[in-house]
Amino acid sequence: MDKLMEILEEARPDIDFKTADTLIDDEILDSFDIISIVSEINEEFGIKINVNDLLPENFNSASAIMELITKLQNE
Amino acid sequence: MIRLLERAAERFPDKTALADENTSYTYREYLGSARIVGGYIAEVMAPGTVRQPIAVLIERNAKSIVAFMGIVCSGNFYVPLDAGLPEERLGVILSELSPAGIIDCRGVSGEKAKEAAGISGRSAVTFEEILSYYGKDAGRADTLVEERIAETIDTDPLYAIFTSGSTGVPKGVLVSHRSVMDLTDAFAEVFSFDEGSVFGNQAPFDFDVSVKDIYNAMKCGGRVEVIPKRMFVRPNLLLPYLAEREINTLIWAVSAVRIVAEFRALDEVRLEKPLRLRYIMFSGEVMPVKSLNYFMERMPETVFVNLYGPTEITCNCTYYIVDRQYAPDEMLPIGRAFPNTRILLLDEQQRRINEPGKTGEICVAGSCLALGYWNAPARTAESFCQNPEIKGYSGLIYRTGDLAYFREDGSLVFASRKDFQIKHMGHRIELGEIEAALNGIEWIDVSCCLYDTVKEKIFCFYQAEVEDRKGIVKILSTKLPKYMWPNKYIRVDAMPLNAHGKIDRRALEELKEKG
Repeated sequence: MDKLMEILEEARPDIDFKTADTLIDDEILDSFDIISIVSEINEEFGIKINVNDLLPENFNSASAIMELITKLQNE
Repeated sequence: MIRLLERAAERFPDKTALADENTSYTYREYLGSARIVGGYIAEVMAPGTVRQPIAVLIERNAKSIVAFMGIVCSGNFYVPLDAGLPEERLGVILSELSPAGIIDCRGVSGEKAKEAAGISGRSAVTFEEILSYYGKDAGRADTLVEERIAETIDTDPLYAIFTSGSTGVPKGVLVSHRSVMDLTDAFAEVFSFDEGSVFGNQAPFDFDVSVKDIYNAMKCGGRVEVIPKRMFVRPNLLLPYLAEREINTLIWAVSAVRIVAEFRALDEVRLEKPLRLRYIMFSGEVMPVKSLNYFMERMPETVFVNLYGPTEITCNCTYYIVDRQYAPDEMLPIGRAFPNTRILLLDEQQRRINEPGKTGEICVAGSCLALGYWNAPARTAESFCQNPEIKGYSGLIYRTGDLAYFREDGSLVFASRKDFQIKHMGHRIELGEIEAALNGIEWIDVSCCLYDTVKEKIFCFYQAEVEDRKGIVKILSTKLPKYMWPNKYIRVDAMPLNAHGKIDRRALEELKEKG
């Protein structure tokens, strides 16, 4: 989780990822953020996030992203 | 430019000209509504005012474009502003600009009609309120604007767009009707657009990439589809939307094109209707060859174009139609000059470079040159200056500050920047502007920013007693737009200085590499 928080905070230093839970619904993350966050997550956690994983419920909060990572790691 | 819209309205009165997710305008409605907005400005908002700025609080919707044309009908020029910008920056821009009026295009049609809209302590009028002003008496607006349109000449300003400025104050680039006319003529000559062209607008309207959608569509009688912002983080919504709306021409920022390739969305997303893309044009930063190849392999019929140019020369001055596959380590050229545009590569002695491989500054001549920076004659004179090859008459060039060289085949290849301007997230950013904001923080002694082009991250080095990244970000977020906020923050006890007493950027580079 610490590693994920670091990736997120570097991409968007302005957001408090401990509380934010509408990252996609409120259009907080843009295409540039998604590209950089996803490529770093893929590299760091050795997974491949698919286009069909790009859903609000998977990316609205840091904990949702962490759940997605854990799910993909167990596949 | 209004004559261009009038011609399209005569040829295709009932054809859809503008559309967003919820609404659409035919060419007749587009022109008719623009004339009402123009009449309102001439009669109520700014009587007797011409060639003055009128701001538009934009949203990703069709009516923002109608408001732009309405302002043009009134003989004034439009300035698109994103109301989501930090309050302080909006305040700076508005006080620099002192607009003759502000039109609020944010709310969903009808919803905000009666609410008093305003920004930074200035009052604004909603688009809906303006449209309902004349009721059945739209003829009165027509008479008013006809006079204004007839008096407009092509060297009058059409719009101003604010970009990053190195001294900490954003600069407003003022572009004339003539320059945009020249842009649409050049695009029409090089590319084949027609009334079947459907431009999928990605760029926000305060970003000049959108100018190409608006005016190329107007010239060919095509349609602009304003694509909702949320789709650009969801390729699985974006691709079906492109297909459903029959969008066939994309003039996008590199990052928007890239997200489709990064997620291999062309393979993974199932479409009911096939995508039929005639053109994919991209600009703003370097397109990774890997992403481009992903598209080219899957879309053999599509023409891919690399566009280059700063806002000061009206969007683009060179183009490169990708004519073969590139290897991932090859540089994609920025190509050659558009018709009626001259590119001069000048060395440090102001001599023209013609031989391949030698690096010089890209300087541009032609009708594409902007009128200059709003209210900043000294700054304008620095960048828009006399062509050193011309003696005996006035002939201006714009110095881009971008360095490039010619390939053997005569195509230009971008090399680097002359100064501390960077391209990040599709925006041209002056590192000096970020530093100015950082240095304005009370407890920071001095700061310096570097850009890592591989990681695409801005590094901030600051000299201070305490380490407080969150505190810095909190202050920056009130002053700068988000694409200007540094990604990495490194505190130093003392800023390294070189022999001249200036900040030693090389030492900081080393510090950056060490992490």
